[in-house]
Formats: sequence, C-alpha cells, structure tokens
Amino acid sequence: MQKAIDIKENTDKFEELLRYIESQDKSQGILMQTLHKAQEIFGYLPIEVQKFISEKTKIPMAEIYGVATFYTQFSLEPKGQYTVGVCMGTACYVKSAQLVLDRLQQELKIKVGETTEDNVFSIQATRCLGCCGLAPVMMIGEDVYGKVDPKDIPNILKNYR
Amino acid sequence: MALYRSHVLVCGGTGCNSSKSDMIRQRFEEKIIEMGLDKEVQVISTGCFGLCEEGPIVVIYPEGAFYSRMKIDRVDRIVEEHLFKGRIVKEYLYEESLDKDKLKSLNEVDFYSKQKRVALRNCGVINPEDISEYIARDGYLALGKVLTEMTPVDVIQVMKDSGLRGRGGGGFHTGLKWGFAAPNQADQKYVICNADEGDPGAFMDRSVLEGDPHAVLEAMAIAGYAIGATKGFIYVRAEYPIAVKRLEIAIGQAKEMGLLGKNIFDSGFDFEIEIRLGAGAFVCGEETALIASIEGQRGMPRNKPPFPAIKGLFGKPTIINNVETLANVPQIIINGADWFRSFGSEKSPGTKVFALGGKINNTGLVEIPMGTTLREVIYDIGGGCPNGKAFKAVQTGGPSGGCITADYIDTKIDFDTLTDLGSMMGSGGMIVMDEDNCMVDIARFFLEFTVEESCGKCTPCREGTKRMLEILDLITQGKATLEDLDKLEKLAINIKNTALCGLGQTAPNPVLSTMRYFREEYEAHVLEKRCPAGVCKSLLSYYITEDCRGCTKCAKQCPVNCIEGSVKKLHIIDQDKCIKCGACMEACPFDSIIIK
Repeated sequence: MQKAIDIKENTDKFEELLRYIESQDKSQGILMQTLHKAQEIFGYLPIEVQKFISEKTKIPMAEIYGVATFYTQFSLEPKGQYTVGVCMGTACYVKSAQLVLDRLQQELKIKVGETTEDNVFSIQATRCLGCCGLAPVMMIGEDVYGKVDPKDIPNILKNYR
Repeated sequence: MALYRSHVLVCGGTGCNSSKSDMIRQRFEEKIIEMGLDKEVQVISTGCFGLCEEGPIVVIYPEGAFYSRMKIDRVDRIVEEHLFKGRIVKEYLYEESLDKDKLKSLNEVDFYSKQKRVALRNCGVINPEDISEYIARDGYLALGKVLTEMTPVDVIQVMKDSGLRGRGGGGFHTGLKWGFAAPNQADQKYVICNADEGDPGAFMDRSVLEGDPHAVLEAMAIAGYAIGATKGFIYVRAEYPIAVKRLEIAIGQAKEMGLLGKNIFDSGFDFEIEIRLGAGAFVCGEETALIASIEGQRGMPRNKPPFPAIKGLFGKPTIINNVETLANVPQIIINGADWFRSFGSEKSPGTKVFALGGKINNTGLVEIPMGTTLREVIYDIGGGCPNGKAFKAVQTGGPSGGCITADYIDTKIDFDTLTDLGSMMGSGGMIVMDEDNCMVDIARFFLEFTVEESCGKCTPCREGTKRMLEILDLITQGKATLEDLDKLEKLAINIKNTALCGLGQTAPNPVLSTMRYFREEYEAHVLEKRCPAGVCKSLLSYYITEDCRGCTKCAKQCPVNCIEGSVKKLHIIDQDKCIKCGACMEACPFDSIIIK
C-alpha cells in the first residue's frame, strides 16, 4: 500500500522541489534528474509528489509513473532508517552471497524489498557494488562490510538497533 | 609550487574506500603534521591500484614501497620509521614486492609485470581531483594537438587506423562509428559517454572515472571535434557516488582552465559536458535504451536502423562510446595509430582491462595486451584459485557471456576468440569458479538477472527468459526431465535469434555455454537428482554422523523441530521435514553434521 504524504506538512519540501524544476532546461529531458531530486528530498516518490511533478513540468502523470516504476532505484514506498544492501554481483554470488541474504532475511524476518515493522531496516539485493575484492559484501546505510560470514550477521545488526 | 621529498599515495578507489582508506589517509595527514613533516611529505588520494585483494593500499615514493592491507594503527609507525627515519617497515609491505629483503619495483611484481597500462595509466598515479597532475602527465595535450594541428577528417582517420574497438562489449570499431556520424548535417550533434556499467562483477569503468576522470573528458571533446558535436553527456550509474563527485570536480576544473567551454585553445571549437545519472536499469547500457533514459523516458531499446549516428539523442546524430574506449583515445592521438597497434592482436589491437573476481587469489583490475592467454591472467597475474581448490571455469562477459573451461585455458584472449568459444568479451568481467561452484546454479543466477532486468518490450526476452528460468528452477530442484533440457536449449536458440536488442539476444549465452561444456552436470541434476558441486539446496541432505555426542544443541536450534534424539544419544534428522537451513550444522560443536 502506498502511504499518503501530507502536502501541508511538507510545503518546504515541495517548494524545494519546485525551485529545482524551475532551474532546469526543459528542452533537455529533465524527468530523470527531477525524480532523483525528489527522492533525495522526500526519501521516496509518493504519488502526491509524482502528481506535483506532473503539474509543474506538464509531463503526463502516466509517463512519470511509468518511469518511476521502471528503474529499480526509484522507490514508491518509504524505506527503513537503514537500507541493508547485499551485493548480488557475480563475484559475490560465487562466494555465497545468497547465504548472506538468506540469513539476513531470517534474522530480520522480512524479505528483499520489505521494511521491518519498527522501520529500522529494509533489505535490498543490490547490483555489483564494485568492491569485488571484499566479496561477499553487505552495506548497511553507508557502512560497508566485506567478507561477510552469515554467522556474524546477528552481531553486525545489533550495532544499529 | 612546493616541492616534496616523499609522496604518500593512498588508494581512494571504491574497493579500498570501503575498507576505510579515507580514514587511513586522514591519519597519515595528522601524524605527518604532528611530526612536523608536512612541508616535506605530501599525502595524495589516488584512483585504484588494481590489486583490490590486498587493499587498502598505500604506496610511498620515491622508494615505491607498497604497503598492503593497511590498517589505521599501522600508520603511526610508518610515519615514524619510514618517513621520518627513512627505514621502510618491511613487515607491512606487500609480500610479493620483497625479494630476499630487497624492494622490487612495482613493475616486477607478478601481478603487474604482465600488465600494460594504457586506459589505467593514471589510476593510482595521480590525484584525480587535481587537473594539474593530469596535465603534468601529458593531459589535454591530445586535445591541443587535435584542435590546432588536425582536421576532423584526420582525427577519424587516426582512430580508424588504430583499429580501436568498443570496450563496452560490442567490439565495434570506434573510428567507423565516428566516421558515420561526422558527415551528417544537423544543427546539433551529441557525444555520449556510456558509464552505465551494469555488468555484475565488472568495475573498470568506475576505476577510470574515479582515477582519471579528465582522460574521459578530453576524449569526449576530441570526439566532439571529430564529428562536429558541441555537447556531451556522461550517463553514469547512480551507484557510483565517488565517480560522480570526481567527474563534477573535473568538469569544473576543466571549464575554469578553458579546456571545456567556449573557444577551446582559441580554435573556435566549443564543447560542454553534462552528467546524467542512471537509476539502476541494466538495459540502459544498450545505446538506444540509454538515449531514451537521458531523454527522460523508460529505458527501452528500439529497433536499429536508424542508428544513433543518424538519429540519436533528441533525434540528432549521436555517438556513444564506453568509458574505457574513450580513455584510450588521447593516448592514440599523442602516440599514433602504429603505437597502439604494437600491442594486442591484429584484429583486436591495444589492451583490455579485466575485472578479476570470484575464486581467485588476486582479485582486482588488470590491464593486459589483447592476445594474452587466459592461463597467464588466471595463474600468473591472478595467482590461481585460493585454498588449493581446482579451477573449474572462468565466466567472461557477465550476463551476456559464457563459461570457458580448463580445456581452453591457453586461448589467447581477444574479441573473436572468446565469441568463438560461445562466450564474449563483454565489458571485461572475469569471474573465476572452482570445483565448489555448480554450473547449473550459475546459469540460473544469470538468467534470474536477465529476467529481472528485461525491459519487457519484446516477447522473446520478456516471456522466453522467464520460461527458461522456470526450467532451470526445475533442474536445480531435481524435478526436470531430459525433455526439459532439450526444451531449454531450443528456447535459448530461439531467443538468441529473435530478441530485439543485445540484452535479449545474449541472455541465453550463460545457459548455452554451460550446457555445451558441462552437460554432464545438467544430466546429474536431472537423472541422478544430484548436484555434483553440492550447491543446489533441494538436492542436498543434512546427516548426523556417529560422532554425535547427544548434546541436543542442534535440536534446540532447528526452526522446524525435525531433529529427534535424547541427551547423550545419537540424534537423527527427519529428512521429510528438514528445510535445509543449515542452522544445526552451525550449532554443532563437534562438526558431526554433514551435507551429502
């Protein structure tokens, strides 16, 4: 379910987004950057924000929704405080990243793409993070954990709760 | 400009950065000030050194001392001993760089000695956030030469003569591509740098962007001059924050010095570059999909022709080159086509960067002349498989490529030989697998990737790859028949022949190549319901051996209560109930639970 966002409570954020939209050159395909900016401001792309972008850029809502749902980086749901990303690039996969992911889902009792009830963690299976020397790799927020042993996961998670 | 007697180069690439190299750099700076050496010693954050396995890496010049697996608490001693007293701290050095107590130069270390660095020449050498260091390494010399001494036709001719082929995967001749776009009349043309490195396990483009961003900018301006474009876009993955930051800094510095912008080198040539962020779609590496994405649409490919060189971004003639391809361009202009052709093979001149990963000792980035054998890369440079395991196969080309077995390990690597073996060069990911990797599982892994990344526009890719994945699931669960294998192969060939874009056409490659070389492994899954490598969970069973002391730890851990037995008695796992989570095995203090 999409969580609605209160437009009145977030006027500052909408104004910031509007300033960004107005600063862009409309002839050069601005939708992608605008969605990136909106996600940076709001943390995700609620339907109200998409409608707002549609109004201000005159890009049809259908097109915006299409783009927002096409790319995996855009999220229509709010994320937990920390996103736990398990790298599922090939180098990590051959070094048993799947076991890391399994253990993580078991520990947090959620599946990939979901958020824990207390809104602390979301799990994401990410594409190659590019530090293949540290495989298998897991990221919590900005912190990188390399050569992860599934057994260590409960201890690692403790630091964030 | 201040002169320093020593330079401390700290790797600031993503790999080393992930293991806190920025904090190591900070500590160096602090300690150097503390010791009063800040007028004599300079600390620089560079791009990737390539030997990511040994990271974080610190190299101190003029000695060329290569400190590997650095830790913060080692910094103080290095500053005190090496920088202050002039005594290299040998026990912290990379083992290979010592030859009986004598320091070897980096070029003599096995990992580097067979490499030839062209695209990566500045990575790990210069500070990527300082344009003057790039200029000191002949940076923007090529752009100057092009704008003041050469016509666009000359430039394209040099590129054609060099035989440079696209490093992003296609292997198309760069000079030809430029040649197609140049004669088209239009009020605006574009140069796009494809930095949407989506291949899992390949990170050379990121390394170039992080370690030598100006080389890419310079090459884009050269390309712009050659085809008559005044605007460039860099389409880069949003997952590469360091690369994006360094590109922004580089563009700012180049503009300030008049190396981008209006009337560059007083030649009347204008060139601007803008960064555009991707948003996590593998298909956007395909050029027409990438163009759609920059235009602000869903990143879906379209039919070619018309090719982008005729009708590309915003309907204007456009060329799209990959990062590594571009990084070669300034070198070719300065040194000439013949120089470039002096490395590599006849049909694939030059060098190629590979990302070595998986079950290999020296994980990292290597740049080798084309025509080097797989054996040299995997054993001489990569150091072979760890823990004495047997090498089984190497996967090249990512989700579009295939596996090459030990039988072909003496193959000379170039675009054509890899394609002949049913794999491909791709962007240069090279994932090594040992005896513990199941090839059916690997094929399934790649298929899962393509199914997720399929944009959904054409039926063969959208529906076909999904059906293939379903069959692979059956195989890994031991529920498939021999007929399913035939069906899988037929479907794969159909998709290969009918999909719309490169992603779909190459998606079946991992399956076809593993079926070709590891048919017996597929058959073991189907006929004997057995996974020879011991990976496919459904085909494995956990057993408790006679060594069990009856401590009951396993039974307490089991989430489905399928272990029976009383204290000090042998325990037994009920195979029908077991979900194969492995919790019991982890809990057993006597290692008496085994997988069969």
